[in-house]
Amino acid sequence: MKVAVDEEKCCGAGQCVLLAPEVFDQRDEDGVVILLDEQPSENLHGSVREAADVCPAAAIEVSEDA
Amino acid sequence: MSEPSSVLVVGASAAGLATVESLRRGGYRGTVTVVGEEEHAPYDRPPLSKQVLSGNWESERSRLRTESALVETGAEFVLADPAVRLEPAERAVHTASGRTLRAEAVVLATGLRPKRLPGTDVAGVHVLRTLDDSLRLRAELSRARNVVVVGDGVLGSEIAATARGMASDVTLVGSQAAPMADQLGPRVAGMLGELHTERGVRLRPRTGVEAVQADHGRVTGVRLETGETLPAAAVVVAIGAAPATDWLAESGLRLDDGVVCDSRCRAAAGIYAVGDVARWHHEGLDRSMRLENRTNATEQARAVAANLLGADRPYAPVPHFWTDQFDAKIQVHGVPHAESEVTVVEGDPAERRFLARYTTRGTPVAVLGWNRPKQVRTRRQEVVETFSVPALEPN
Ligand SMILES: Cc1cc2nc3c(=O)[nH]c(=O)nc-3n(C[C@H](O)[C@H](O)[C@H](O)COP(=O)(O)OP(=O)(O)OC[C@H]3O[C@@H](n4cnc5c(N)ncnc54)[C@H](O)[C@@H]3O)c2cc1C
Repeated sequence: MKVAVDEEKCCGAGQCVLLAPEVFDQRDEDGVVILLDEQPSENLHGSVREAADVCPAAAIEVSEDA
Repeated sequence: MSEPSSVLVVGASAAGLATVESLRRGGYRGTVTVVGEEEHAPYDRPPLSKQVLSGNWESERSRLRTESALVETGAEFVLADPAVRLEPAERAVHTASGRTLRAEAVVLATGLRPKRLPGTDVAGVHVLRTLDDSLRLRAELSRARNVVVVGDGVLGSEIAATARGMASDVTLVGSQAAPMADQLGPRVAGMLGELHTERGVRLRPRTGVEAVQADHGRVTGVRLETGETLPAAAVVVAIGAAPATDWLAESGLRLDDGVVCDSRCRAAAGIYAVGDVARWHHEGLDRSMRLENRTNATEQARAVAANLLGADRPYAPVPHFWTDQFDAKIQVHGVPHAESEVTVVEGDPAERRFLARYTTRGTPVAVLGWNRPKQVRTRRQEVVETFSVPALEPN
């Protein structure tokens, strides 16, 4: 699994951090997403997909084949 | 209820699409069909008053999913064909082009329609709900010298802020004491008003509009109840929106400012509602509610999908919304009341970076972050209890 985030789309809601704190964080100053792990291990795939689904700005992209 | 063999979603936007994705995520393999009124593939609305309206984004960027991601859902999208009638007992939906679609379960996700002012059917008067609305308004704002925004709720305030970067003269007219005062209360709304004034938006608070003036079918100004007339090359009416339920008028479903649902977001056997159009019973607050925000569209869709797959769980979220105006990023978890007590718990309002807690009769009802998106999320916990469903008494 490969994860990509679009910082410009991010609205700083932080839903992704609530779901997968191992993979996502937010910048202190403006709340924009920080991707901690581009290729998260398999046990995190479920919560990362969920984070991509619930992101209210559609700013997380997950590709499965990488 | 056992899993339905087929699901029909009416409304192809944030809530409708999220329902489809959550169903698939939950392992659902049945037939899924989505009917949508608009011709566009599902797109996101928050950028329509921000990046798309300002011209910073091409409209393509507001797309919610790529074409291949839509194909991957395995759902059939029937677009540019609005539903015109529902037969709940048959779970049949008739569309404008004459199609009849049937499914074992139907999800209503038709959102809202903007309210209009009477007598404003003239060129240069706009509302903002769809991508096409945003592109039309954008073209006009880039030419207009003076713009009047009518309505000082969240949408009107955002439009005024964005328009200020495009037109030389922007006035925000509204009934509230300050922009978003009904939602944020006088203190925080007062600060928002100051920000607007500082950035050159002229405010006309607590002011009604008497008439829109036009010449040869084109708007020329807005006459206020105070007697003042504001010249306007463009007018945006942002006085709220009503649930898009006109097509359900004869369905027999209960409609009362939205599709009335139980705590599972179920309107009738096999019929659910989701997103801005849904009024459901929040068990944590023990009252009926309807939310108009982006986060709810997705969260409620997840709840509906789970219930379609047999979960039978109440939907009792901690509501969340955000708004971006000039350089202010405001995030709210919970539901602030205009009359809540507001305590600044971190940071400094004078520096425009702070967190505030809203308390009503001793109960924390919301936390608000002003340019503190990360920190406000970590304080969300303070209001979770207020919204959670009381545990059943052990017997
Ligand atoms: C300009 C703008 C800015 C916003 N900014 C923010 C923000 O900053 N933060 C935030 O939290 N929220 C924001 N929102 C609110 C957020 O976008 C909505 O809560 C969200 O779009 C709701 O999703 P929905 O799918 O329920 O409804 P909608 O997005 O309204 O989608 C409903 C869809 O159903 C279609 N439809 C209607 N009738 C029929 C029919 N009879 N048959 C078939 N299809 C039909 C409509 O054409 C539409 O495509 C904003 C909204 C707007 C308009």
